[in-house]
Parts: sequence; structure tokens; C-alpha cells
Amino acid sequence: MLRYTLQRLLMVIPTLLGVAVLVFFMLRVVPGDVIEVKLRGDGGTVSQEVIDAERKRFGLDKPLIYQFGDYMYGLAKLDLGISLWTERPVTEEISLRLALSLQVAIMATIFAVLLAIPLGTMAALMRGTWVDYVVRIVTIGGLSIPSFWFGMLIMMALLYYYNWLPPITFTPIHVDPVANLTQLIWPAMAVGYRYCAVVARMIRSSLLEVLNEDYIRTARAKGVFENKVISRHALRNALLPAITVIGIEFAFLIGGLVVTEQVFNLNGIGKLFVQSVSRSDFTLIQGMVMMLAVAYIFVNLIVDLLYAVFDPRIRYGT
Amino acid sequence: MGGGAPLLAVEDLHVQFDTSRGVVHAVDGISYTVNRGETVAIVGESGCGKSVSSLAIMGLLAKPAGRVTRGRVLFEGRDLLTLSAEEMRAIRGRDIAMIFQEPMTSLNPVLSIGEQIMEPLFIHLKMTKDAAQARALELLQLVGITDGARRLQQYPHQLSGGMRQRVMIAIGLACNPKLIIADEPTTALDVTIQAQILELMKDLSRRLNIAMIIITHNLGVVARYADRVNVMYAAHIIERGTADDVFLRPLHPYTIGLMRSVPRLDLPRDVKLETIEGLPPDLRAPPPGCRFAPRCPFRRDACVATEMTLRDLAPNHATACIRADEIVAGTLVPASLPAKSAATASTTETAEPILKVDALRKYFLVPLSGSGMLSSKMATVKAVDNVSFTIAPGETLGLVGESGCGKTTVGRTVLKLEEATGGTISFSGVDITHRSPREMRETRRGIQVIFQDPYSSLNPRMTVGQIIAEPLHVYQLAKTKKEQEERVAELLRQVGLFDYMAERYPHQLSGGQRQRVGIARALALEPRFIVCDEPVSALDVSIQGQIINLLEDLQSRLNLSYLFIAHDLAVVRHISDRVAVMYLGRIVEVADRDELYANPKHPYTQALLDAAPIPDPRVERARAPRTLKGEIPSPLNPPSGCVFHTRCPLADDACRREIPQTRQIGPRHIVACHKA
Repeated sequence: MLRYTLQRLLMVIPTLLGVAVLVFFMLRVVPGDVIEVKLRGDGGTVSQEVIDAERKRFGLDKPLIYQFGDYMYGLAKLDLGISLWTERPVTEEISLRLALSLQVAIMATIFAVLLAIPLGTMAALMRGTWVDYVVRIVTIGGLSIPSFWFGMLIMMALLYYYNWLPPITFTPIHVDPVANLTQLIWPAMAVGYRYCAVVARMIRSSLLEVLNEDYIRTARAKGVFENKVISRHALRNALLPAITVIGIEFAFLIGGLVVTEQVFNLNGIGKLFVQSVSRSDFTLIQGMVMMLAVAYIFVNLIVDLLYAVFDPRIRYGT
Repeated sequence: MGGGAPLLAVEDLHVQFDTSRGVVHAVDGISYTVNRGETVAIVGESGCGKSVSSLAIMGLLAKPAGRVTRGRVLFEGRDLLTLSAEEMRAIRGRDIAMIFQEPMTSLNPVLSIGEQIMEPLFIHLKMTKDAAQARALELLQLVGITDGARRLQQYPHQLSGGMRQRVMIAIGLACNPKLIIADEPTTALDVTIQAQILELMKDLSRRLNIAMIIITHNLGVVARYADRVNVMYAAHIIERGTADDVFLRPLHPYTIGLMRSVPRLDLPRDVKLETIEGLPPDLRAPPPGCRFAPRCPFRRDACVATEMTLRDLAPNHATACIRADEIVAGTLVPASLPAKSAATASTTETAEPILKVDALRKYFLVPLSGSGMLSSKMATVKAVDNVSFTIAPGETLGLVGESGCGKTTVGRTVLKLEEATGGTISFSGVDITHRSPREMRETRRGIQVIFQDPYSSLNPRMTVGQIIAEPLHVYQLAKTKKEQEERVAELLRQVGLFDYMAERYPHQLSGGQRQRVGIARALALEPRFIVCDEPVSALDVSIQGQIINLLEDLQSRLNLSYLFIAHDLAVVRHISDRVAVMYLGRIVEVADRDELYANPKHPYTQALLDAAPIPDPRVERARAPRTLKGEIPSPLNPPSGCVFHTRCPLADDACRREIPQTRQIGPRHIVACHKA
């Protein structure tokens, strides 16, 4: 198991290398120049000399291959460079926002999983009854309503019924947990609804499949209590495919909340992404893409390791 | 038969299933009893209701589709059907245990063996952890698993099929039940393992005085292990009696037909198999009167007019046939069957073989378990190792062996679906071992294949006509649409189907009809040689006989050669001219069929023949319960020397060291054994 984990971690290097090369060259093909946007963006008139000097300062005048070499050299030292816009280190820019995005993602996951397991289980056990239909309507709603719109509904409801809106300034959880949670619980719910719908549907269908398995009949033939047949024999098997979905959704939440963050005025990764793209801030985009790649890789690794924990048939390199 | 009330009495049980196409009367008024300590068999073909009736007893019918509509199930005087769900749960696993057909899927993959065995002990006997652990070890010992402590920690996927079935039996025995229902307990197992499991169950039920209901389609199993037999057909019990009565003096034409349609190891095989023509009735709208009447050779008008009821003709022997008196009197004897045309083996002696396989090897590389995805450690599985044989025109070579012995791989390699690792394959004197797929095209017209599973080997989205016409298309054998349709119709008639079936889809046909379509497809190119890979093992007994007869018929009419791959010794004996026995990738013995069955030289062949049950209680009782010990070793790590030495009763040091060479020990009799 340890050996397998190490091997998987080693595989991260070629994967990231591929991502780095791709994102570097793709960005250079995209039109737009950060220096021009920065200096001329507001309609200012700046001479070509100033722009060239600025280019030189950031090393953008060098041939592409040199720039790529510098970038790779930096990566080898775990140095993502500085933002071309704010001139602060990329790692600092990202970590400022990552805490928030990560927290929302984790809260949404907890919310979704806690709700999805009972919902999916009930729907499967009472298939074809009104319970199943209610769950189906609720989950289809989750899949079809965009998170940002659901977020707006939440805000409007809060305003309408309580005449209250969540705070707009971010308080880290270690500073004031209550203030932090009162702000972040709403976006977590807004994106958690969709998340919950995906997972609940997965659990419902895989539980239905598992309930038809021979070993469930065996458990009943042994005289196992019906609630134990479900929780001990069926759910443990049915949760396996759900773990994959949970992992993929989680990784998506770290970087994919672009619009929802706008709605709740959260300064997260999604917002930073939009900003840096519109500013053509190459180094920052590169850094964020690398960060997301790492997140996806790790979440997938954790999913695979969880599989091994839940399913004895999967044992990696014992 | 003990005195007092029976342990279990099923009275007038009716079970219905709601399906999208109507209500199926899966069990229609059956009654039987089981006494304490007695073994009762329920025999019948698939869909006759035998499994459904046992699930109904256990209260395990698939809800909400299945339900008991009438009847009583008295267990120790209590009607199980009136109990609440909780009362019924308390009986399951405690007083009545059940063992299922599929050991591979009947154990929960994510729970350890120990957890699964101890579960009923915790639930029913409220044992402590330590007591349950001790009992679980004791149970594993009881079912013949030696290293119990280690096994308790393991998970189902780490155990072989035979081991898993032992674990299932251990779970069944856990709380000392009074009755065990075994639903096809050995159908999924190899013949030597099947014998081990059946011996074990019989022995345990005697020692622990547990009553057993064995549900099976295998008449041999019934003959060996049952005290009393109930024969089911189309949701009814149509005959009931002691094993001797039912086997030696069957009173129902269906039972008689069933007995005759099984190829048997203990009878001469020079007659064609008698078959029961037609198919079992549709249980959504069963025919009036006797349900077997449409297929019965002795049918009279009265059969359809009279409701079927079981009546006693002799003490403890009942039948539902209204003409049973005539059967008893011996005035109703089916016509004896024509002898098979004996013009096969003798003429082929001198002819050039159509297929010659020499020192064929097929190795597979598999990732070594335990190595990671980056390392490239691979292990070699020698699926086929040094296999040689020839097949003459018009001859059938039977290839027998247990699962995993490589017999199917031989077939696939001969068909060039797998590339041979070494050796040569010659077809009609031409070496085809290294032909490219393009060069094989012409050769393939001469070599065709019939697969085991008629359910998955036909494309469900194509009509029967399209399926059969496809090879005609590929080889442009039919110039016009009309010509093609005529050829398809001709092929359908050739395999005993009707022209109009060309319009149907595979799911609209029965298993036997589908297999006929598979045969018609193979015949479309007018091949000279057909690889038959377990062509009848997925079929019911009465259908199996029809297909075997068809294959024999076609062979004599079209002068076909067959490589007939199967695990059923009796079927192979019936159809083959010569037989080759495989074990772990090697051929251990080849001989003419009669020679091999009468005079087997290799200990493995002898063990296989010993293990195969014969549907005659007298023969079975006279035989010593000689069973082969142990299981087939992993092909990843085959034993040194003779691959059979780990299970061989004769093995000595030489066997462990040296690979036995094949030796000629008689005219046309070859064996690979140091001791033979």
C-alpha cells in the first residue's frame, strides 16, 4: 500500500510536466498582452519605450524558449514566479484564496454526503413509491438549477424572511468561527445541492443494483435483521461507486465556482481565475492551473486509496 | 421413514409472479413433505418452479413481484406463511438454512469470511465474540477447511469456488439448523469438486441428523444423494417416490423421457439420445389438463380433458399421469431407437487428418499480483503447454477437462482467435499457425465455431435471418436478395427451425432454439470442421439431447469434423470418436472413446470418471465414495514435474521431478504418466 502510494506520487511528476508544457504554450497563443492591458487598459497613452522597458523587466522580451526554460527552472525550485499584475508571488496570491475555496468545497461535501446517503437509500428502498418520486424531483432540481441561481434564491429568501444578508468580508475560521460559518454556509449549500443530487442518484442506482445481488439474499437467508442487511451488507458495497463521484465533484468545487463566488462576493479561486484571465496574467494562470492539476491528482489518489479501504478485493502492491 | 409428523409439510403451495407481460404461475399447487434427517430432492428443468418454491418456504421471494397466493408451509406444525416478517427472520438461519447455487456471488465481497460465518451466531445464539470465533473455527474444520484461523481473516475473492461453497455450507450449519435447503449447490462447480461437496453434505446431514432439500436438474446428483425424489414439470409435481422407484420404475412419461435424454456413462452409447420434443409450456397461460401432454408421446384426448392430480400407484410412489397403469403394466413402451450409423471411426483411419495440432503452446503474460503499476513484472500462465492431436475428416475429438485446464484456449488458438506461442496448427495439410488475418479469410470458410452461451453469442439487435446471412454477406456467397433468403431458410430447416423464425430476434427464442441458430450460422459457410465450445452446457437436459442429436445428424450428413470441448464426461462420451483429457494446460490422455472410458490409464482420467455421478441409485450406492482431494493448482505457479502430482494418489518423487512424456500404450491410446 505504501509502495503503491509512493508510486502514484511519483507519477505526479510526469503528469504535472505535461500540464506545465501545455498550459505554457497554449497561453502564448492566446491574444492579449498583460503589459499593454496594465498600462494602456484604462485608455492611458504610454509610449512604446515604456512598454518595452516593462516587458524587459518581466523578461517577456526574451525568446519563448528562454522564457519556458526560466519557467521550468522555477518549477523545479517550486517557485511559480510573480504575478505580472500585482507583482506579488503567485503562491501567495493563490494561498490567500485557496483557504476560502477549500473550506467551501469541504463544507459542500459534508452537506451533500450527509444528505445524499439517506436520500439515495430511501429512494432505493422505497422504489416506485411517493418517497422515490419526491427524491427524484428534488435531485432533478439539483441537477438542473444552476448553483449561482440557487444561491441568489437563498440570498433573496434570507433578505425577505429575515431581512438579513450574510457578511461580505471574509473572516478566517480560526479568527472567528461563527462569523466565518455564517458567511460560507450559504454558498456551501448553494453548490452542495447539485453535489448532493449527483451523489444521491448514484447511491440510489448502485444500491438498487446491490440489493439484487446474491449475497443480499444470503444475508436474508441467514436471518440478518433487515436494517443490518441494508447498512452492513448493501450500503458498504453501494457506496463504492459513489466515492468516485464525490471525489470528482470535490476537485471541481475547488476551481469551478466562478459564478457562485461572484453571487456571494467571495474572493476565491474562481474569481481569481476570471481576473487573471481577463488581465492576461500568464504566470498567475499557469500557477493556478498547476494547483488545480495537483488537486485533481490528489483527490483521485485519495479516492483510489479509499477504495482499497472499503473494498478488500482492491489491494495495491501488498 | 421416521414416525410422527414430518418436519416440513408443503401443502398446495401456489406462487405467482407479476411480470410486465402478465402473471406467471411459477408454482401451481405443489405438496410434499420432508421428514427429520431425510434428504429429499426436487428435480426439474429451468423454469419449472423448483427454486421459487424453496424461496417461498424461506419467505425470500423477490418482492413485490412474487407472492404466495395459496397454500400452507408447515414447519414443525407452524405455518410459516402466516408468520410475521420478524418471526420468519428468526427462523431463517436458525432452524432453516439455505445454500445457493452461485458460490462466487453468494458471499459478500467486502466482509471477511469470519464476519460472515459469525454473523448468524451473533444474531441467533447471542454468542460472545470469543465463543463465535471458536465455533467458526470448528465449523470450518467440519466442512474440511484446514487452515481455518487464516481463512477467517480472508475475503471471498481469495477463495476458490469450491472453498466458497464450503464456507456457504459452514454458514448454513452455524446454528445447527433442522433443515437445509440446497439450491443447485454444485452446479457451478467442477466435477471433482462437486463430488467433494456432495459427499461432505451427505456426510454432515447424516452425522448431524439434518434434513435436506436438494434442488437440482442433475439426475446423477439425485441418484446418489436423495432418499426421496419429487419431479417437477411446469409448476407441478408430476411424480414422487423413493429414489429407487423414480429411477428404476418411473411412472410419468416426462420422467421417463428425462432419464433417456441424458447421455450416461454406464450405458452403451450406440443409440441416439431420446429427446423430449418441443418446449415446456408458457406459465402465464398453461395448457389445460396435463401440462406435459403437448410434448408427450402417449398423449390422448383424455389427457387434455382431465385435470392433473398426483395419485398413488404404489406405496410412496405417486404420479400425475392418467395412463400410469399402462406404464406399470408395461403396455406403454416407447419405440426403441434406431442405432447410430456406425460408419465413422473405422473409415477415417487412413485418411489425411483435417486438423493437425503439434506441440501447441499458448502462454499468457499477466501482471504479477503484488507488483505496482509502474513495475513490469509479469508472470507467464502456460494456458496450453505442448498439446498435440489430430482430427480426421468426419471424426469428433472430445476435449474434456475442468475449468481452467486450457481446453477453451486450445479451441480459440485453433480458430486463430489467439496467436499461438509455439507449435504448429495445420488445416487440410496447410500450416496456418502464422497466417495473417487476411490470409486466414479463405481458410475460415472451412473452420467454424459454435459457442457455449446461446444468450450472449448472438447479437440482440439483429434478426435471426440477419445473423445467419452475415457470413454469406462477408464471403459474397449469395448474389441476390432472394438467393440469400432461400439459403437462410434452408439453413434454418437444416437445424430444425422454421423459415418464419428468420424474422425473429434472439430474445424471442428459447435457449435451445438460439443454440440452433448458432449452429445454422456456423453451417452457412459449409465448413468442414467446427469447434464446438461447450455447446450444450448452458441447456436443459431435454434440450441438450436435441442439440446433441442434431450435431450428430449434421455430421453424418455433411461429413463434418468436430473438436468438441466440454466438461461433461457423459456428453463427450456420447458424441466423440476419440477423447483427449486435459489437466492444467496439458493433455494427459488420448484414446478412442470406448477404450478411454473402459480402460482409463491416467489417474486423473480415472478420478474424473469416478467423480461423475450416474443417474442410477443402484450404481451410485455400489460405488465407493472415492473423491479426488484438493483443488486445481494455480496455473500461475504450476507444480513441478507432473502437474497432477499434488492431487495424484500414485505420485512419488519421480512424479515431482520429471515431466512425464506422452507414451503410446496401445493402438491409438496415448498417456502422459510415469505410473500408467
